[in-house]
Amino acid sequence: MADIRPAACRPSSAMRRLTRLTLLGGLTFASAICPAETLHAPLNYFMHSFGPAARPTMYLGWVLAGISVAVGFIIAFLLIMAVRRQRPTAGEREIGREDEGMQWIYMGTGISTCVLTALVVYSMMVLNAVAKPPEAPAVTVTVTAYDWWWKVEYDHPDPAQHIVTANEIRIPVGQPVLVKLKSADVIHGFWVPTLAGKTQAIPGLVNQQWIQADIPGRYTGQCTQYCGAAHARMGFEVIAEAAADFEKWREAQRQPASSGVAVSEDSGYKLFMDRCAGCHAIKGTDAAGPHAPDLTHLNSRKRLAAGLLTNTPDNLMDWVTRAQQLKPGSRMPSIYLSEAEGEALSAFLSKLD
Amino acid sequence: MASADITPPRIDDDFPARLPETGRAPQGSDIERKLAATWESQPGWRGWLSTVDHKAVGLRYIVTSFVFLVIGGIEALIIRIQLAQPDQSVLTPEQYNQLFTMHGVTMIFLYSLPILSGFSNYLWPLLLGSRDMAFPRLNAFSYWIFLFAGIFMYASFPIGQAPNGGWFNYVPFSGPMYNTGPNIDVFALGMVLLGISTSVGSANFVVTLFRMRAPGMTINRVPILVWGTLTASVANLLVVPSVSLAFFLLWLDRQIGTYFFDVANGGKPLLWQHLFWIFGHPWVYAVVLPAMGIVSDALPTFCRRPLVGYTAMALATMATMLIGMEVWIHHMFATGLPTVALSIFGAASMAITIPSSVAVFSWIATIWLGRPVFKTPFLFFAGFVMLFVIGGLSGVMTAAVPLDWQLNETYFIVAHLHYVLIGINVFPVVGGIYYWFPKFTGRMMDEKMGKWSFWVMFIGFNVGFFPMHWAGLLGMPRRIYTYSSRMGWDSVNMITTIGSFAFAVGVLIFLVNVAVSLKRGARASENPWDAATLEWATSSPPPPYNFAVIPTVASRHPLWEDRLNEGGARSNLTEGMLLADGRETVSTSPIDARPMAIFKMPEDSYTPFFLGLFISLVFVGLLLHWWLFTAASATAGAIALATWLWPREELAQRATTQGATHG
Repeated sequence: MADIRPAACRPSSAMRRLTRLTLLGGLTFASAICPAETLHAPLNYFMHSFGPAARPTMYLGWVLAGISVAVGFIIAFLLIMAVRRQRPTAGEREIGREDEGMQWIYMGTGISTCVLTALVVYSMMVLNAVAKPPEAPAVTVTVTAYDWWWKVEYDHPDPAQHIVTANEIRIPVGQPVLVKLKSADVIHGFWVPTLAGKTQAIPGLVNQQWIQADIPGRYTGQCTQYCGAAHARMGFEVIAEAAADFEKWREAQRQPASSGVAVSEDSGYKLFMDRCAGCHAIKGTDAAGPHAPDLTHLNSRKRLAAGLLTNTPDNLMDWVTRAQQLKPGSRMPSIYLSEAEGEALSAFLSKLD
Repeated sequence: MASADITPPRIDDDFPARLPETGRAPQGSDIERKLAATWESQPGWRGWLSTVDHKAVGLRYIVTSFVFLVIGGIEALIIRIQLAQPDQSVLTPEQYNQLFTMHGVTMIFLYSLPILSGFSNYLWPLLLGSRDMAFPRLNAFSYWIFLFAGIFMYASFPIGQAPNGGWFNYVPFSGPMYNTGPNIDVFALGMVLLGISTSVGSANFVVTLFRMRAPGMTINRVPILVWGTLTASVANLLVVPSVSLAFFLLWLDRQIGTYFFDVANGGKPLLWQHLFWIFGHPWVYAVVLPAMGIVSDALPTFCRRPLVGYTAMALATMATMLIGMEVWIHHMFATGLPTVALSIFGAASMAITIPSSVAVFSWIATIWLGRPVFKTPFLFFAGFVMLFVIGGLSGVMTAAVPLDWQLNETYFIVAHLHYVLIGINVFPVVGGIYYWFPKFTGRMMDEKMGKWSFWVMFIGFNVGFFPMHWAGLLGMPRRIYTYSSRMGWDSVNMITTIGSFAFAVGVLIFLVNVAVSLKRGARASENPWDAATLEWATSSPPPPYNFAVIPTVASRHPLWEDRLNEGGARSNLTEGMLLADGRETVSTSPIDARPMAIFKMPEDSYTPFFLGLFISLVFVGLLLHWWLFTAASATAGAIALATWLWPREELAQRATTQGATHG
């Protein structure tokens, strides 16, 4: 923070106290932003990038941030010097000459322009590097944004092999993956910051974003375009795994629900068909609701409610019964269930793997 | 002061019969008393409703927009309480969404430009040596519409139906499908209404600059504030139609069933983003360039020297806006547009840095080469320079297309825009109020409280808003009503909340200072800061007629001429055209300010108030679907307009005898 007190002007005690406060504030700030918390912030794209669509941008960010901090300090230094430097004494009413000082503007603007030109070139090179994948993507995923969750589809020529899942994008590690972005309602923003920049999902358009993860892992994503009540709770995950694991997963996802699921005598099944199937689909049963996440392989997913909760049986039933408290405004109603109903539905849902 | 050439200038051939009388009109002389009687508004509520005095209008603008600043600030503090810790439920998501929307709408539309219009309305005629703006009644009208539009946009707030689509209000979220309440209709109609105010106000500034300057106030002598407001006004005239159209089309979509933005029927959501940002980005410059002008004009007073690089600064002001017209796509980098287009707009956005660095180095050189006087306004202006640079640097970072794909829609942008809007608008504005308060009120503001208010505001602001950069780099998106602790944003948000409250305390100290100084401030002389420009040549506060004789200007610094080693003529502020036959002022040529005509200025009038009221009622009728009421208000408005424009004898040239003398 610039201290622009005059040299000539004796600081009052109030001013001295304020200066001390400034220092104290700075120290508190530095210690409060403890690296432990921030280093592992899952969306920290400034310090982490895990693929070629994000890494050049991260370096660009470092260069630009570095230059910005340097320029900020230079200007602060000049400003403080300008304020505090010793001046020859002059009469009270004396006025400086108008025609001097232009060299400041020539020098300052000249240097800024050179730095800027270099930055324009550099950022265009980065743009070129991250705009398109180096090789044709092997896998294409269609992601459709809904209020307030993500439908994820893997196309296949045979409709029976078509995969529909939600809020979780599995990709093979080390390969570029093309994400086709659609929206079912309003504009949303698709963003997995440690893998790539963001792209809006706009109704009526199909936008494209490519991502690639160089090491296996779970990468957090988040809607970034304000889209209404549950915008804050519209997360997702990209899970990158070895090609073999990815293939195994894909094969499993292509299957309909196991034969033990659609048992018409099962009270949990009946409950689901009565209360849930209007919105949710389960492949291999009569449940074909198109408005909400496909639950065919619900238990293969790591998280629930667009990233809000870890997927455990308890959290799942909590979500079913208290959706409106956990995610206010969500399209999922809080569903009242008696204890027996809860157990039956829970048992039924546990079979969706 | 050396004597100047005061031979009666040749007035436009259209009025061969009248040459203006010249002479002196010292305080208390007959002419001066006559002028005072002519220009004075009626006392009481009549004068209050009917006055067209630019000084009254300007102060109303300043006070009203400051009230909006305080309202928007309180909204921000409530938002900061909600975000202080993870997973809080002080606010429901819907309440949060309405609050952040109204915070943005208030600060951007109801505070940041109107406050500058207030300064410019008050100061322009004084800076330019005129007796009023070119269209005084239009000026009053512009204020009333602004006030009514502000009230209109807040009308649905108490019933919990305030606009909730964010200040840029993207469709289809704000369309009829996804937003069924009156929330967005209030915003849409309110924006069209406000657009009327902005447009007529801008037209008034443009005409005033080109026709209302004192003789000799050539185009290269006008203060930088005038350049800033002129540039902003020209831009507003070009771009406000875009946003008014966008909001009108949206209202048609919502209420009449058109499909401009409806995808299912061939509409285009991206059309909204283009129409909005074609307006939105130039607007950002419109709300900072006049504020930069405040600094460019007032900082030299406290550096005891003229601004370094006047011409460069004037050109930089216009260049900023010229480039600013071609950068709107940088708000849309993530919409999937072709990368070639993005590169062009990214490069243009970076190029804004060039005129900005002209400005920065001009201010620094002015301080360096000057002899700073450490009064409160100086602190605000010097602090502003630092905040301007920080806001500019984060702007460069967001202009780099691939990096913006990360930064866009995160708190980094929130940090950037607050450094720009608070740093480049609020700090100069508060500094400007400290500076011109003696002129506005005749009293000085308290220095001790002033310094306290600066330091608390400056430190609070940086503690509050600098960490937001960091929150953005940690991936925190904008406009989320809460966040989970696992995201790693806890401490950064807590610090921001603490800082924002500290900043609010600073603003509070400033407001207390205003209140106390209004009552008990030391009496101010004509020119308490020993400043150079014409507004300081008249009493504090100025008389209703501004200048008893029209000044004749010979340089950029009329009040410093005898101390600047400039050769040539001297300005004459004591002897000149009297123009006392009714409300009159002189009109000069656009470039070199040669006298061209005597302008008959209008009397006070109720019509601006009533026309403004009826037009606003038309919008109320449209909002509530009261079609008969709408028609009745439109008719009443038409009658008010006819009354306004009715030819009147007293505006005709009356004095026909040459060289008539005044007793």
